[in-house]
This record gives sequence, structure tokens and C-alpha cells, in this order.
Amino acid sequence: MSDIENRRFVPRDRNWHPAPHTPGYKTSVARSPRQALVSLLKPTVSELSGPDFRHLRMGPNDNDLLLNFREDPQHSGLPIGERIIMHGRVIDQFGKPVPHTLVEMWQANAGGRYRHKKDQYLAPLDPGFGGVGRCLTDEQGWYRFRTIKPGPYPWPNDINSWRPAHIHVSVMGPSISTRLITQMYFEGDPLIPLCPIVQTLRDPEAVATMVGRLDMAHSRTMDCLTYRFDLVVRGELQTWFENQG
Amino acid sequence: MQQPNAQPMADGVLRETASQTAGPYVHIGLALDIAGLPPREQEVWNRLAGDQAEGERIEIVGRVIDGNGDIVRDALLEVWQANADGQYQPRFDSDAPFNSFGRTAATVENDGEWQFFTVKPGAVALANGRQMAPHINLMVFARGINIQLSTRLYFEDETEANAGCPIFNAIESPTRRQTLLARRESDDGESGARYRFDIRLQGEGETAFFDF
Ligand SMILES: [Fe+2]
Repeated sequence: MSDIENRRFVPRDRNWHPAPHTPGYKTSVARSPRQALVSLLKPTVSELSGPDFRHLRMGPNDNDLLLNFREDPQHSGLPIGERIIMHGRVIDQFGKPVPHTLVEMWQANAGGRYRHKKDQYLAPLDPGFGGVGRCLTDEQGWYRFRTIKPGPYPWPNDINSWRPAHIHVSVMGPSISTRLITQMYFEGDPLIPLCPIVQTLRDPEAVATMVGRLDMAHSRTMDCLTYRFDLVVRGELQTWFENQG
Repeated sequence: MQQPNAQPMADGVLRETASQTAGPYVHIGLALDIAGLPPREQEVWNRLAGDQAEGERIEIVGRVIDGNGDIVRDALLEVWQANADGQYQPRFDSDAPFNSFGRTAATVENDGEWQFFTVKPGAVALANGRQMAPHINLMVFARGINIQLSTRLYFEDETEANAGCPIFNAIESPTRRQTLLARRESDDGESGARYRFDIRLQGEGETAFFDF
């Protein structure tokens, strides 16, 4: 118990992440606290520990969205859309790989439609596409998904708001203190700077951390393009002096 | 070591990847059943304790309420708690009698109510000899929430333990401490006692959220 209590992470920079209250993204207005966060100067085992998913049993296609869903196993084929590989590393702020951590992702199909009870967008569902993936990072922190590039979609915010093509990404990291959910956008998409959700970030460099880069070196001839997306979670600090004296 | 989409700070330390809302379709990725998707081999869900788990079986239910007083029907919660002995069990194993981690979600069908089934956590010892009162860490994700909100659930029937808990008392306002108390609602829920814990995102009775 005492070992884990000495664990420290680089403090989360709340000015780098989006503020809770971002009026341009209208739903945030009524869903953002007005009171200040309570800062735990000395986090405890409850914050410094977290789940280890190495023993979660996964199916062979959990990270392959081209194969892991068929509405009708007899008739549905491969999903429609641009075949892509999305891969990258989970590292901490000091560049150290985060091995065996759970990476989960979900996305719309090539037409921008989600397979979700609540999504009523005009674009049709794809009988060969579900839209969910998960995997554990390897020893070096690498993860990989095979999927199709999602389409942009309109959403009710301003009168004509569109989400850029994006894949939602969730990562746990070494403790619940490093828990992070983000979205990967695609390099070169002109919708990125127009999006009210992207605009919740104040710093263009913060937006750049969410943009997957075309990775031609890892693209597959006559098969699929590859995008590289690294996830950086809070760095674990070395604690040289355990007692404050 | 600069990574393709990672931004370095002046001293070479990388910036954390920025957070974005989990959005309204979070269930496709993290709560497949709610989205209407078939389950995979194993899912991470809201039964932290099985029949063999040691400790007092409890059920926790609640709602997330926004600044207008309306129920947030698309919230997803993550749960992290100690076992009945006050120990965390980081290794997630669906076959184990107890897991420290779980997830739950508000649903439209349930009028925005979420629930999870667990055992009452024990007090958690700190290295300095003090004890934290029984508590459950909760993280709230939803459309309109740009970065998850982290809180702790305490139990109203642990008055003495709560009064001695250094984290409970780290909340300066005694009034706001009350926002972390789950109320014992019934002694015979689906499995043992049922506690209710509503999370108010904004305004009157706003839940205390932590930065750590
Ligand atoms: Fe989305």
C-alpha cells in the first residue's frame, strides 16, 4: 500500500484539456460544473491504482472491424468504405511505453451513421459493419485496429454543424488517474477547424495531438492505407525522496 | 523522442493527448448492450460482485442531473472500489468473485437510472496509519462533458468513519461534503441493501468533483 501511495503522475494541465464549460459546444453549458474542482494534493491508493485487463478474454477479431460484425452471417460481406489500419503507441509523457493497457474505439460507418439505437441519420447502416474495437497494447505499447474510414456527419448544434471524420478512442493507462477518452481525426480534413467540439480546445497544438497522420510506410500495397495515432498519457514521476522529512 | 502527433513541452516532456467528449454513442464502444450490439466474449459491466464475493451485497442506483434539473439519459459511469477488506483488486477477471472495476450507464428505458451490483467496500488504510471511510470512485462520461468528472461516493450510514476520512474532509465546505453521500433506500434490493446516489453536474446541490 505504501509503495503505491508514493506513486506520482505529472499533474493534469486543465488549461490544455478543454474546459468543462464551452458555450460553442452547446450541450456542455448545462452539463458543466460551476464549482471549482477539489484538488487532492496527496492522492491515495484509490486514485493511484487502476484495473489491469490482461486477463480479459477477447475474441480473435475484436480489433478487426472489417470482420467482427455481420448483421446476417449468410449474406453480409465486407463493410463499405476505405480500408484502413489505425495503429500507434500508448506512451507516457516521458516517452515510456505503456504495455498491456486496454485501448477501446468506436466509430460511424463510411456514410457517417452509427450502429446505435439513437442514431437516426439519413445515411444507411452497413450490414457488414458494427463499429467497435478493442485490444491490449503489446510490450512496447503498440496497438492496432483494422477498419474503414468513418464518414463525417451532421449534428444538431449550430444550424449547420458537421463532425469531421473521427474515431472515438478510450485508453486506461496505469491507473484511473491516467484515464483518457479522446477522438482521432484524420490529417488534412478541412472540417477539423470548423468543428465546435474540436474548438473546445484553446491551443492548436492540443488539437494536433488528436490528428492521426497518414503513414505510407505502413500502408499495404493494393490493400489499405495506414494512419498513425499515438496516445500520450500522464507521465509517472520517479519519487527519489519518499519522506518529506 | 518526438512522436508524430505528440506535442513536446519546452523541456521535452510530451503533452498529454487532449480529451474529447465521449459523445452520445459511447455505448457502441463501452456499453454494447445499451447500443443494441451483440456481446463479445467478455464485457466489462455492472456486476462487480458475484455470489461468492465476501462482504455485504449491495446495489447502487442513481441518476445524473444537469444544470436545468433534467435527467442526463446518456451518461456512462466507471466504478473503482476496494473489496470488503479495503483492498483493491486491480487484476480484472470476469471469473473472479469480485472485481474492483465496473461500468454502468443511464438508459432511456430506465428513465435515466443507472445501477451496479457490488459489495460494500471496506475502509481503506493509508500508509500513515489513517483510514479512509468506505468509498467508491466514480467517473462520469457523457455528451457535453469534455473531460470526465471524477467523484467519490460515501455512505450516509458511516457517519463516524466519514468524519475521520482525510479525503472526505479535504472538501472545504461541509455542505458540499453532503453531496457525496449515498442514501440507504431499501434493505431488500435485487441483491441486498439498495443505496441511491444522484450526481448533480451543476447548480444547487452540485456534486463535488475532484482533480487528482
Ligand atoms: Fe462521434
